[in-house]
Amino acid sequence: MTARARERGGLRGRIRQPAASRSNALHAGAWWLWALGLATAASRTSNPLLLLLLVAVAGYVVAARRTEAPWARSYGAFLKLGLLVLALRLVFAVLLGSPIPGTHVLFRLPELPLPHWAQGVRLGGPVGAEGVVFALCDGLKLAALLVCVGAANALANPARLLKSLPGALYEAGVAVVVAMTFAPNLVADVQRLRTARRMRGRSDRGVRALIQVGLPVLEGALERSVALAAAMDARGYGRTAEVPPGVRRLTAALTLGGLLGVCAGTYGLLAAEGAGFGLPVLALGLAAALAGLWLGGRRSVRTRYRPDRWGVRAWLVAGSGVAVAALMIHAAVSDPGALTPPAVPLRAPTLPLWPAVSVLLGLLPAFAAPAPTPAPAPGPAPAPHRSAPRNSKGAER
Amino acid sequence: MIRFDNVSVTYPGAAAPALRGVDLTVPEGELCLLVGPSGVGKSTLLGAVSGLVPHFTGGTLHGRVTVAGRHTHVHKPRELADVVGTVGQDPLAHFVTDTVEDELAYGMESLGVPSDVMRRRVEETLDLLGLAELRDRPIATLSGGQRQRVAIGSVLTVHPKVLVLDEPTSALDPGAAEEVLAVLQRLVHDLGTTVLLAEHRLERVVQYADQVILLPEPGAPPVVGDPAAIMAASPVFPPVVGLGKLAGWSPLPLSVRDARRAARPLRERLADRRPTPALPPQKTAAIAEASGLSVRRGRIEALRAVDLTVRPGETLALMGRNGAGKSTLLGTLTGLHEPASGTVRVGGLLPHRTPPRELVRCVGLVPQEPRDLLYADTVAAECAAADEDAGAAPGSCRALVAELLPGVPDDTHPSDLSEGQRLTLALAVVLAARPPLLLLDEPTRGLDYAAKSRLVAHLRALAADGHAIVLATHDVELAAELAHRVVILADGEIVADGRTAEVVVSSPAFAPQVAKILQPGPWLTVPQVATALGEGARA
Repeated sequence: MTARARERGGLRGRIRQPAASRSNALHAGAWWLWALGLATAASRTSNPLLLLLLVAVAGYVVAARRTEAPWARSYGAFLKLGLLVLALRLVFAVLLGSPIPGTHVLFRLPELPLPHWAQGVRLGGPVGAEGVVFALCDGLKLAALLVCVGAANALANPARLLKSLPGALYEAGVAVVVAMTFAPNLVADVQRLRTARRMRGRSDRGVRALIQVGLPVLEGALERSVALAAAMDARGYGRTAEVPPGVRRLTAALTLGGLLGVCAGTYGLLAAEGAGFGLPVLALGLAAALAGLWLGGRRSVRTRYRPDRWGVRAWLVAGSGVAVAALMIHAAVSDPGALTPPAVPLRAPTLPLWPAVSVLLGLLPAFAAPAPTPAPAPGPAPAPHRSAPRNSKGAER
Repeated sequence: MIRFDNVSVTYPGAAAPALRGVDLTVPEGELCLLVGPSGVGKSTLLGAVSGLVPHFTGGTLHGRVTVAGRHTHVHKPRELADVVGTVGQDPLAHFVTDTVEDELAYGMESLGVPSDVMRRRVEETLDLLGLAELRDRPIATLSGGQRQRVAIGSVLTVHPKVLVLDEPTSALDPGAAEEVLAVLQRLVHDLGTTVLLAEHRLERVVQYADQVILLPEPGAPPVVGDPAAIMAASPVFPPVVGLGKLAGWSPLPLSVRDARRAARPLRERLADRRPTPALPPQKTAAIAEASGLSVRRGRIEALRAVDLTVRPGETLALMGRNGAGKSTLLGTLTGLHEPASGTVRVGGLLPHRTPPRELVRCVGLVPQEPRDLLYADTVAAECAAADEDAGAAPGSCRALVAELLPGVPDDTHPSDLSEGQRLTLALAVVLAARPPLLLLDEPTRGLDYAAKSRLVAHLRALAADGHAIVLATHDVELAAELAHRVVILADGEIVADGRTAEVVVSSPAFAPQVAKILQPGPWLTVPQVATALGEGARA
């Protein structure tokens, strides 16, 4: 029995996701494709049950696969932002009224009489149940989009995604990464200076305190960026290779020409009369621009340290997102009634079977992607926090 | 390896050159220490090696600097990146990426090192610096010593021939500083790297140096030589050298070990004497009292069941490794953090419930970065604002500044002051409210010996005046000189609390050099020994 068991264990062991490490880290692009797939799916429906299912799917994958890294904490912020958007949408619908004609009036707000030139705008007045339900669904759609973006942010290191940019765009990528690490430092500076205000006997609360520390914070940020620039220079940032002038000119011509081609092609596609030449010109322009970028990369001497590999698991993760999007788009065409139920008349929403099943495909990363901690029991058990060392001097808090 | 030929550097708008007539050579594979008072041009000299002076900072450089045969005048810093590795004072300002492993690889990526070589060198460097367990960690979560090691590692991976470091151990606790210095030793011994470092804490580094470059005063040419010879003549020296000079040992010992071997006669002479004890304050009512105090910051318990009493006239040193909870304790005494359990009272008030205006009259804190306290653009305006904030009579802060910091004109911008002057100005601003309890967070960071001894004199006078003083510090020599009592924190708990001599003498990490040399005697500082010997001579 041992042999068979071992064999089974071996097969299972091969299929089971490995513990995440730097070597098998999923390509950041795969996470983004997956999240954008879910977001596309969310944009195709206003069925609240489907939207909630999408949010649940994204949330489960984040809970199962996110790490303890600082960027992974951004998910909570995106969730809150989603709730805020939902609430705002509802408040506007109640205050400004809704274009949805309804017969079920929930309550009446005192209506503000407006001058005749503001005709069509209404403040207050009757609030219909249909309007509120419509606003809720609409807000939920926006919130679901935000949650999907937040999931991508929490699962993939944004800096790692920028590292996958072509060589010619590398410097722009570094600028973005540096800016991203600056934001937390600024927050820490503001906190430090506000506590210092307390030591001067001034209040550390309120807007005024925040404004008064503004100048010192900016000064500090400026000093830090000068120091960083010096450090980067001393570490070889911006070293370039010699490129023959011919190649340089060709690069410029290809990039510019390519971009022009892309513009013309897009115009052709969108404008009514040029549909025939639009697509080929767009393709040509894209090709030229990509060639220009590739040639431009020859100027930089950089190499890449342990780039993320696009393996089978990355295909699975990205594929599941694309599949969800494709199936939802198909469903939106074939069964519009189920995906965008009419707000009038008021009815309890139903969960259409096949779209729901296709949304569940988005759960695949929770099984296919490498697991963040080699936890003995599967599940979103938080890693013990004791091992996390204390930040010296509250640099981050 | 490094050669300066008659180098002088003048910054635009400066009346005098920052460096003048520098002629020196650092041979390959040496650890070379750069010493001198603040503002003497140490950073300029270091910058000239990496090419940041004058390419990045501006100014004109006369003469010629050659590093590994390359002229820094012709080569920009980025073209010197493969021979010179530079680590500045603040490692955080040095990091470009967000995780340890990426940071180690960043320099090599810029230089275009092939990926298999990069991988091998990162692994080697992780082992060399003991960073293997931290490889995937975000840099923001590292401690001070770990950050410093990552910063050194990040320039080591490109295999530079020269390593330039500006105050690598100033911000570190004694243990972490040992860690960093051990790494530097290893580089010099095993890899033949040439190391040039500037450091104020001579007691930590001078015994490792092969050569010392002393910049005695601004614009004066440097004195270069053997560490023992330079220390004998230098205006700045560590306590071990001070003791050696006092006892007349020759050759002058630089390390505690050498000094212990020479100290046998001195120990015998001192055997029947006792240092004049620092006057313990009378048992008066406590000015600050914490009992069963616990503080949480986020999910972390920064302090656990802390009992502490501070009396007027008493100087207390809080010690412990980075992140042990020293700053949190000071913050709790000033009401920044609310206790999770237990109580804390300062002058009878609950700090976190007291409005700041009232609290500043009970307790004053000089933060780690004194600049945080200063907002105005002239010293005079700063003093006027301080009087207003504290509700003191106009002119009282200015009078304090005149007393503590004579000769500073009214219209000086606070950021034009030297590190030590800025600290003193912040101290004056805090003292304007006449708080009976004074807290200082890491006051000697970046101070040279002269500024430090002025600070010690000020604080002694304040304590004699009846102020209670609490210092959070890594500087064991400062604690030995000033404190009546030492409290050692570890992981948020008090692990030792007692008279300085009792706590410090037996501890390997927190003992000052004199205590280590004269063990098991209760001696802490050179002046104590000098007084005892003087009395002995008279008797």
